[in-house]
Amino acid sequence: MTPVPALEVDGVAFAYPDGHQALYGVSLQIRRGERVALLGPNGAGKTTLVLQCNGVLAPGAGRVTVAGLPVAPEHLKEIRRRVGIVFQDPDDQLFMPTVAEDVAFGPANLGLRGPELETRVKGALAAVGMEGHADRPPHHLSFGQRRRVAVATVLAMEPEILVLDEPSSNLDPASRRELAEIVTGLDITILMVTHDLPYALQLCPRALIMNGGTIAADGPTAELLADADLLAANRLELPFGFDPTALGSR
Amino acid sequence: MGAAHAHPLYLPGTSPLHRARPQCKIAATLLFVLAVVATPREAFWSFGLYALALVGLARIGRVPLATLARRLVIELPFLLFAVFLPVVGQGERVEVLGVSLAVGGLWAAWNIVVKGTLGVAASAILAATTPVAELLGGLDRLRLPKALTTIAGFMIRYGDVIADEVRRMRIARISRGHDPRWIWQARAVAASAGTLFIRSYERGERVYLAMVSRGYAGSMPVLQDLEATRGQWLAALSLPAAAALVAATAWGVRP
Repeated sequence: MTPVPALEVDGVAFAYPDGHQALYGVSLQIRRGERVALLGPNGAGKTTLVLQCNGVLAPGAGRVTVAGLPVAPEHLKEIRRRVGIVFQDPDDQLFMPTVAEDVAFGPANLGLRGPELETRVKGALAAVGMEGHADRPPHHLSFGQRRRVAVATVLAMEPEILVLDEPSSNLDPASRRELAEIVTGLDITILMVTHDLPYALQLCPRALIMNGGTIAADGPTAELLADADLLAANRLELPFGFDPTALGSR
Repeated sequence: MGAAHAHPLYLPGTSPLHRARPQCKIAATLLFVLAVVATPREAFWSFGLYALALVGLARIGRVPLATLARRLVIELPFLLFAVFLPVVGQGERVEVLGVSLAVGGLWAAWNIVVKGTLGVAASAILAATTPVAELLGGLDRLRLPKALTTIAGFMIRYGDVIADEVRRMRIARISRGHDPRWIWQARAVAASAGTLFIRSYERGERVYLAMVSRGYAGSMPVLQDLEATRGQWLAALSLPAAAALVAATAWGVRP
């Protein structure tokens, strides 16, 4: 018997109410503990796909299951615990007056209170190296610190799968490296939506390329990034001077 | 990013006033102000006592009196109104330094100035010793509707973010040679305001999405455990109780 995948998307199609069809039958599987990059140009449907995974958007056709549990209205609470999304702009994610309260928001919605809640908050902040900032208001933190707190707000819910939406955007090189160290240190399934191809190569052994609402490619990141024709066909470009083959296989 | 001081009124500290429960402080401040307002304006001595009590409170809370005095400036616009009352008032008049002033107007102006100043000073002490997050928690404990405290919390959280956006838009405008001097040049500013509204609205949608993704189902979880003991309530309410006694005495001894 094969183990239950952390995330299974099966033939999902979706059109926005204005008629714009964003997904045309997307299927993919992510095993437990995998780190997968979701690559693709703007408008490829990456964010739409992510919002299908936690039930914010409901598919027009197909189905999504998270660790065996189908995404359906009756399971939304549990689904949103299992799928932790870190959004692109930490100012959208951090809305409570203090860092600790923000990290507590998710687990408190799950019904945790008192010392149990406190342990969760402390653990999550420690995992991103922000335990010293618990009582500060989010807008007093640097951008990189805010992104780390945003990751902690989701970790505190102990998700099955962590979804990072453009985690390296707007980060300076040092914050970018610090976040990479945090991500590789987590023992958790990760789906990373990004345009940052070197970052995908550094953090994710496997990558999916999305374009025009379908999965265009699925394979080892190093192989996909070495295929110049594939990248060109999907409006993906490596930074100047970056040679993925020079790094050797990971 | 963001403003350096998000809580410009709060002075961090560990005084007994800082440690007091926010709901007790809010209730005490409100009741104190009510007692002050209910005091007859002729009872000069009682206003002296109130002022002394506030000075003592500021001492306990380690709020420097100079800082407190600077913060009273906020009431100046209201005082300007009071200044006109003796000049435009009707009825019996007196000569002060060669200016004819209405007695009724003088009393009304005094009433506004003294009660306003005491009220602002009490609120300033509250704000200086209570972080904004605690104030909101205290208002929650006082059974203010959760929707209102949540909205206030969002306003405080996003005030800086939006102010930052305004600053960036302004810099972008003047970088392209915009130099508004006349009213008909206000068009670009108005367009910026419109853009800002749309952007804030969209941000609101994204924030909501982030909330829903973390299990928000229509009500904010209560996180702070701010239970106040009977002793804490008694200590906090002793101030307004004393003020009420002063007010009652002032009415009693009134000629």
